[in-house]
Amino acid sequence: MVFLCNFPRWRSLLWSVVVLAGFLLTGCGSEWNDPYPANERGSNRLYTSFSERPKHLDPAVSYSNSEIGFIAQIYEPPLQYHYLKRPYTLIPATLEEMPQIRFYDKAGRPLSESAPVDQVARTVYHLKLRGDVRYQPHPAFSLNDDGSPRYMNLDAGQVRAVQSAIGPMALADPGSRLLTAHDYVYQIKRLAHPSVQSPIFGMMSEHILGLEPLADQIRAALAAQPGHWIDLDTLPLPGAIALDDRTLEITLNGKYPQFIYWLAMNFFAPVPREVDQFYGQPALRRTNVQLDTWPVGTGAYMMVRNNPNARIVLARNPNFHDERYPCEGEPGDVAAGLLASCDARLPLIDRVVFSREKESLPYWNKFLQGYYDESGISSDSFDQAIRVTVTGDVNVSPTMAKQGIQLQTAVRTSVYYMGFNMLDPVVGGRSAEEQRRAKLLRQALSIALDQEEFISIFLNGRGQPGMGPLPPGIFGHLQGEAGINPVVYTWKDGAAQRRSLKEAKALLAQAGWRDGRDARSGRPLVLNLDTTSGGLGDKSTMDWLSRQMAQLGIQLVVRSTDFNRFQEKLRKGSAQLYFLGWNADYPDPENFFFLLYGPESKVAHGGENTANYHNPEFDRLFRIMKNMPNGPARQAVIDSMLKLVREDAPWIYWFYPKTYVLRHGWLNNYKLNNVASNTLKYQRIDAAQRETLRQQWNQPLRWPFAVLLAGMLVLLWPAIRAYRSRAGLDAFGQKVRDS
Amino acid sequence: MLRYLLRRVLYAVPILIGVNLITFALFFMVNSPDDMARMQLGVKRVTPEAIQQWKAARGYDKPLFFNESVEGLRTVTETIFYEKSVTLFAGEFGRSEDGRAIGQEIRERMGPSLAIALPTFIVGLGLTISLALLLVLFRGTWLDRTGVVICVGLMSISSLFFIIGGQFVFARVLKLVPISGYDSNPWVAWHFLVLPVAVSIVAGLGGSTRWYRTLFLEEIGRDYVRTARAKGLSETRVLFQHVLRNGLIPILTGIVVVIPSLFLGSLLIESFFGIPGLGSYTIDAIAAQDFAVVRAMVFLGSVLYLIGLMLTDLSYTLVDPRIRLK
Repeated sequence: MVFLCNFPRWRSLLWSVVVLAGFLLTGCGSEWNDPYPANERGSNRLYTSFSERPKHLDPAVSYSNSEIGFIAQIYEPPLQYHYLKRPYTLIPATLEEMPQIRFYDKAGRPLSESAPVDQVARTVYHLKLRGDVRYQPHPAFSLNDDGSPRYMNLDAGQVRAVQSAIGPMALADPGSRLLTAHDYVYQIKRLAHPSVQSPIFGMMSEHILGLEPLADQIRAALAAQPGHWIDLDTLPLPGAIALDDRTLEITLNGKYPQFIYWLAMNFFAPVPREVDQFYGQPALRRTNVQLDTWPVGTGAYMMVRNNPNARIVLARNPNFHDERYPCEGEPGDVAAGLLASCDARLPLIDRVVFSREKESLPYWNKFLQGYYDESGISSDSFDQAIRVTVTGDVNVSPTMAKQGIQLQTAVRTSVYYMGFNMLDPVVGGRSAEEQRRAKLLRQALSIALDQEEFISIFLNGRGQPGMGPLPPGIFGHLQGEAGINPVVYTWKDGAAQRRSLKEAKALLAQAGWRDGRDARSGRPLVLNLDTTSGGLGDKSTMDWLSRQMAQLGIQLVVRSTDFNRFQEKLRKGSAQLYFLGWNADYPDPENFFFLLYGPESKVAHGGENTANYHNPEFDRLFRIMKNMPNGPARQAVIDSMLKLVREDAPWIYWFYPKTYVLRHGWLNNYKLNNVASNTLKYQRIDAAQRETLRQQWNQPLRWPFAVLLAGMLVLLWPAIRAYRSRAGLDAFGQKVRDS
Repeated sequence: MLRYLLRRVLYAVPILIGVNLITFALFFMVNSPDDMARMQLGVKRVTPEAIQQWKAARGYDKPLFFNESVEGLRTVTETIFYEKSVTLFAGEFGRSEDGRAIGQEIRERMGPSLAIALPTFIVGLGLTISLALLLVLFRGTWLDRTGVVICVGLMSISSLFFIIGGQFVFARVLKLVPISGYDSNPWVAWHFLVLPVAVSIVAGLGGSTRWYRTLFLEEIGRDYVRTARAKGLSETRVLFQHVLRNGLIPILTGIVVVIPSLFLGSLLIESFFGIPGLGSYTIDAIAAQDFAVVRAMVFLGSVLYLIGLMLTDLSYTLVDPRIRLK
């Protein structure tokens, strides 16, 4: 210290350190680690995250959960799911009432709902719109005094302005207007637009009258005027007609009862012609300001900031129509406080801030600090977050509970399965004898591969063993003894019990593969699993799988490949075993059974039946079931179908995944919904509580940093002293006077 | 010098064509346009017609290098390679396969990448050179040996450890800075940048300090140093005025060439700290089989590297008067 005080420079350095240390020790009281602007503190905002940047926000194109999470808050299809009721129930969104559905024969005569399917030539959906639904403020609706669009020819300055993070919101005086049936018609026509490339066009063109010819007309118009915006209003679509501003009529070929579910999906959300024209103007074509990036809707929220690499912000749509929080739900909802906001006007939160978090660790830590309101649980954080009691109950850990963090779990409407390629001679069989043997082999494997163990080891218990293609929450799925897969399980002491390995071995022996060797030739049974896995984490899964197979004497060869080659193998039918999953598009058994429907087989028809399973009886029952309303008769058909696919075992019904979500105590009205995505409008934040707890949890700990700085100085001090003592000396240690 | 630079620019053209050709060949050796379409369209309900339409809309329905269905020069010009390459040389990066303007994307991401890379580069360089000179000044002493051990220690630790450890200690436990995030307003952004910059500097400190120490030690045994000492100059002056200046030539070789590449950011740092930079743009594009972004970024990387090489040559003339560019 004496040394330092002898030199004015070191004295000033010392003072700087003292001032810095003082600042660190006493500094301002608020949270230093708050990642959000200070002016947001205490405001009615929801903070959440996204890991993958959304590729498409165009409602005609978006088909992944990461994208729908945004646009479902902005766009409103005609229908939506009730937030609280289970089973999932459709209710009107922009409609006055549920659609009226009428059936007609070839001659145009009305038919009853129960008329045989083959008599139904047309199904007409009659939709009556509410009169108070308005679009969010947007420059596409702004008009000049003469009624012409104000922003249809943007100048260079305006184009620069809209390329900022606030996009089209940078343009002054945005307009709005009432929703009309023409907007729905326009969007349905967009499904056929070759430039839009809607993923459901192929499927919908089979159902919506005239959609396929419309695509040809648009193509012709594009060829005649390359690069020009096409006004779809000039091209007729007989399958979608606006009878007046508030009445929409959609005509389908034949009967397609599941169409009603599509009316609750983003593909059928309205897109106004002027919005399409606004984004189609030449000045915007070279920019990222497109309908695919800046959605415009009538929903509870509107996008006000879009930086897909960092932050996306939705704000309350000031023009959102009068929609109220539901007052009825499931029996447990009252106790869970889910009806506390009964009849409150929606949305209940002013802004929703989505921050991009590519890595799970920062995301998790920020959740624990209170900077995210809810969080999933990664495998790394599972032990820290969850405690499983001896009775099997799942709760948050004591530390989390102390923070007021609550856990919600729900089985998703999804199924993961190990598929057998039925075209393969070993697991599918060609001749009748081969098929008999293959079926027994598949059944033996279904028993031997222990899903319960898999779920416990690799999923931390976040799954439910599969009993068939229908997950819980889908009509036709039964719980208890009636719902078990009798090929794999027996019902004992009130629970499903997996059949023994001995039974699996017996089945294998009946299949002619005693102890995993061909009874005739003695050659070992080698099965090939095609997978896109290959990482370190997946190796343990594959090792486990190999050991499970080895119990039957079967050798497993894991053929890891990239996504493209994997898909190619499925298309060509060269895979033998593979893992896949399916998330429900809508809560109807048809959306799962079609994955095993013969005419959907991958190799023959390019469909979604990757196992290439073909059972004429199953296909017949499928055609009957898909046109039936839910009820005992449909359940009976479904039971027969389940019996067939359990017996044939074209899949090992691996598991139904469970979602675990943690939320802070200040986030209210939170109920997991596996089908609907427009759920943010129902949630409620106690911003004051959040602010108090954030402050409590995030007081900076300054003294260790000050100690660290001091420690570094102590370490540096000998170096500084040595430097000073040498600085003025020459090579011989003599003091020199440099000129 | 101008002639030299002009020659280097002309040399760059065939190099860039070669890089572009290799990128193109490697990419399409692994992925076909059909694969790209499937990746973009997803796995649900994708029809062969949709794939065909996707390819046609983006010009991937043409042959890769040679179009037999047309005649004359069009056999070459009406190919994927020609159409996608020519635009690059015209400075047009086009659109990514999911429809976003790549040029705008690069402009938007460049700032955040530089916000991390520039302070890391400048502070890191100053610190490592100072430390290296300090170690050289105390060569052979306990200070030097301790310094080298610490440097080896720092080199041996994965940068991921520094990132996760830094986040845990300073953001999670001490709560001094946000764990991750970014703000385009520089007055707000600094508190997001302090930790990633510090972590980047510390992670690179060991290797660079050791490398520079070696270079300076090599210089310190040379005749001109002995002459300087014989003139009676102090050791610090010998180091900072003579050794540093001459030792800069190999250092410049390593650092000037990376200056233009600073724009391209850092993959790990940007991912973990939520910095919306260019660091992961190429990696994400490869994962998404977005050829438009891959070729644009490889092309940009090559151009920046070539600029870096030219700047290196120029910098030699600044630090060593004996060097002339002809």
